[in-house]
Amino acid sequence: MKNKEPLILAVVVFFSLATYYLVEPYAHHILHKDVESKGFVYDGSDDILEVENIISGLQKTKLEKELEYKDASADEKQKLKTAIITSENDIAIQKVRLEKKQTFFSDVARIAKIKGDAVTGEAIFATCSGCHNDAGIVMGTIPPSLDNAGVYYTKNYLIGIIKDPVMISNVDHKFSVENEHPMASVKYMVSSDEDIANVVAYMQKIAISPEKVTPKMAYENTCGRCHSVVYEKWTQLGTTEKFKHKKDTLAAEIKVLEYEDSLKVYMGKLPPDLSMYIRSRGEHFISTFIENPQSQLEGTSMPRVGVTADTADKVVEYLKNAGDTKRHEREEIGRNVMIYIVIFALFAFLWKREIWKDLH
Amino acid sequence: MAKFTKATSIKDWINQRLAIEKVEKVMGSEYWIPKNINFLWAMGMVLVITFVLLLVSGIFLLMYYQPNIDTAFYSVNYTIMRDVDFGWLWRHIHGVAASVVFLIIYIHMFTGIYYGSYKKGREMIWLSGMLLLVAFSAEAFSGYILPWGQMSYWAGMVITNLFSGGSLHADGLVEWIRGDYVPAQAFLSRFFMLHVLLIPLAILGLIGLHFAALRIPHVNNQDGEEIDFDAESKKYLDGDKKGSKVIRFANDFMSKDMMVAGIYLVFFFYLVFYNYGFAMDPVNFDPADGLKTPAHIYPEWYFLWSYEILRPFSIDIGLIAFAFAQGIFLGLPFLDRSPNAIAANRRGPAFMIWFWLMLTNMIVLTAMGKLPPEDPYSTIGYWAAILFIVQWLALPIITSYEKKV
Ligand code: HEC
Ligand code: HEC
Ligand code: HEM
Repeated sequence: MKNKEPLILAVVVFFSLATYYLVEPYAHHILHKDVESKGFVYDGSDDILEVENIISGLQKTKLEKELEYKDASADEKQKLKTAIITSENDIAIQKVRLEKKQTFFSDVARIAKIKGDAVTGEAIFATCSGCHNDAGIVMGTIPPSLDNAGVYYTKNYLIGIIKDPVMISNVDHKFSVENEHPMASVKYMVSSDEDIANVVAYMQKIAISPEKVTPKMAYENTCGRCHSVVYEKWTQLGTTEKFKHKKDTLAAEIKVLEYEDSLKVYMGKLPPDLSMYIRSRGEHFISTFIENPQSQLEGTSMPRVGVTADTADKVVEYLKNAGDTKRHEREEIGRNVMIYIVIFALFAFLWKREIWKDLH
Repeated sequence: MAKFTKATSIKDWINQRLAIEKVEKVMGSEYWIPKNINFLWAMGMVLVITFVLLLVSGIFLLMYYQPNIDTAFYSVNYTIMRDVDFGWLWRHIHGVAASVVFLIIYIHMFTGIYYGSYKKGREMIWLSGMLLLVAFSAEAFSGYILPWGQMSYWAGMVITNLFSGGSLHADGLVEWIRGDYVPAQAFLSRFFMLHVLLIPLAILGLIGLHFAALRIPHVNNQDGEEIDFDAESKKYLDGDKKGSKVIRFANDFMSKDMMVAGIYLVFFFYLVFYNYGFAMDPVNFDPADGLKTPAHIYPEWYFLWSYEILRPFSIDIGLIAFAFAQGIFLGLPFLDRSPNAIAANRRGPAFMIWFWLMLTNMIVLTAMGKLPPEDPYSTIGYWAAILFIVQWLALPIITSYEKKV
């Protein structure tokens, strides 16, 4: 009798893998947008493309409405006309936005070419210290310390945030003249290309070198003012302290709650605690999300934070420490268990062969 | 009263009281198994092993899990995953085993269907097996609620909503099941009880019944041959091991069970350490939030095929189709009118096509069940669901034309 087991095994494996492929990689590909990193350069190509897409979408709906208009009843004509006018207005608004973005990013590119002078920059930096001074004054969020801004953020981003914070952070849809970004006034105080280049040069000079940046520093300085990480005892105001008296513990908690209230007002919602986000979103999502939050959560109020690729890696590392703490142990134990089980399987195979010798 | 003599050894002492030698014969060395079976017949043992893995890892998790809506998520994701030594390992074993057990159950089921092992005295094996599938489904669903993540909450919401019966609007029943208007503390507490006590008890009982049902008809074999177990076992005991058509369960078939289990465990632990994502949905690592509906709500993969039979229809028809899909496998031994209890490839083309189509179609349903309800997926799902129902309605007809081989 022919041994059919290899064929049966092949059939079982084939159907199992087909099911796996369909419910895992394939379904994920359909359910989630595939976003690739652009290399953390912040040259505006993403931002401009986004607006261009909005415009072409609007133009398409307008065209459809116009076609409908031709053979619509008088009643409908009135309605369609208003709809067409609305989309024309929207298109006009988006075109202005597009132009602003194009100008903005070409300005940034121009300034980036200037070799800044750190010594002159130091004097201008005093403007920044008016707000960025560790005094803990809440302006929506508390302005973060800029001591090492030169290493956390890219040059383009630092130029951009002085030039116009809402543009470089890609949150211009959230702010307006009536509702200004808390740092919006800076562009009038530090406005010439040279001044901007000089401050940026200064910040890059005073910053520590990239190797000295730990995952914890990277996270706390670039995300920590908005996102708590309870599993690492991090609140938006700093690491939770232990107090002797319950009164002090409660007072500290109330301070955090009050700060969270102001965050809610500023951002429209409380930024989530990121303790388990490495498991719920995964490395790839988080890394591409911080590069441009709009790419995967259209209309979100989370600003782009403009970190370098290296800082982004460290932020991800920090989130792994919080939500996938035992990954090194898992690898080590995994290897040992695999070795053990393979040996077990080998002995089981030998035992079977021994016993079945007499049966065939 | 039985006669007891002075024991000659510890074994003898125990044997006089517990008849372990007799038990060993009945359960092992003289429990006769056909020789002509392949590794698919080891799947039952693989299921036993997986169940033991679930039980043991579950007991460890139970030492730290807290069934409270405020602390459940934390107790799982912080205490067990970070604080407790090897907590993460038990959790990954438990999660992966809960998923893989269904893969093996489906393989085991389709093996039974392919070889016609649900007929000619094997009906009780099949029925008890189906009850095990129901019990495992309930166990998996109740377990999924416990971490109190987003999918726990929303899957709990969606599945319990099914009990309102569509236009029947039996909202009272839904509230009764939940113990509240929405999934909340009462819901978590009772699903905790079900998951760690009542359903495991039922499963243990059903495994006992399943095994008992196997004793009289014995397991089937690759050719569906009816074996005279008395004659063949006598041949074996008389020394003609090669000529006999039967082998001992222990150690003959058990050694093969262990070999298959060894290969299976290599695969299993590979998943536990290197590819566990499929078994632990990322969305469930967000804490439950009744105000924030996830973008996509879908059940775990093993429920997807029946979910997809529910989804493409209007709510009332969908529920009827769903109930049909849940129950119809139980009827298999009675819907198959064929006089044969042999492998599908020897039963003629009709059943052969029926079998492979059913298997493929259930995989299609599974895939569509996860994808968003939009074209083309919903259209494919719709026709696959219709095909599923039609196939079952056609089964008695096509099998009654089958000739005895
Ligand atoms: C009027 C107060 C004010 C002044 C002056 C000011 N900033 Fe800011 N800055 C803020 C606030 C508030 C934030 C936080 C914004 C937020 O969280 O949305 C901020 C954020 C930043 C960030 C972090 C952005 C990020 O995405 O994490 C950088 C870098 C920065 N400022 C640089 C500067 C520099 C350089 C200057 C001086 C040229 C300056 N700021 C002057 C208020 C100010
Ligand atoms: C100025 C405040 C602010 C800063 C700084 C900030 N975020 Fe956010 N973040 C938000 C807000 C607000 C949301 C909620 C967005 C929403 O739901 O629309 C959010 C959401 C998120 C999300 C969840 C996205 C989702 O899928 O729901 C992730 C992940 C995230 N932030 C990561 C980060 C990381 C990593 C950093 C640091 C590099 C960071 N954030 C810095 C405000 C901030
Ligand atoms: C976790 C649950 C289950 C366990 C532990 C289990 C265990 C076993 C064992 C040990 C055997 C004998 C060896 C073998 O043929 O594989 C067996 C046979 C069988 N089981 Fe299960 N089983 C389970 C679930 C099911 C389910 C869901 C079905 C399908 C309805 C099923 C149907 C059968 C059938 C038909 C046989 C007889 C096979 C034959 O005679 O060839 N079982 N089961």
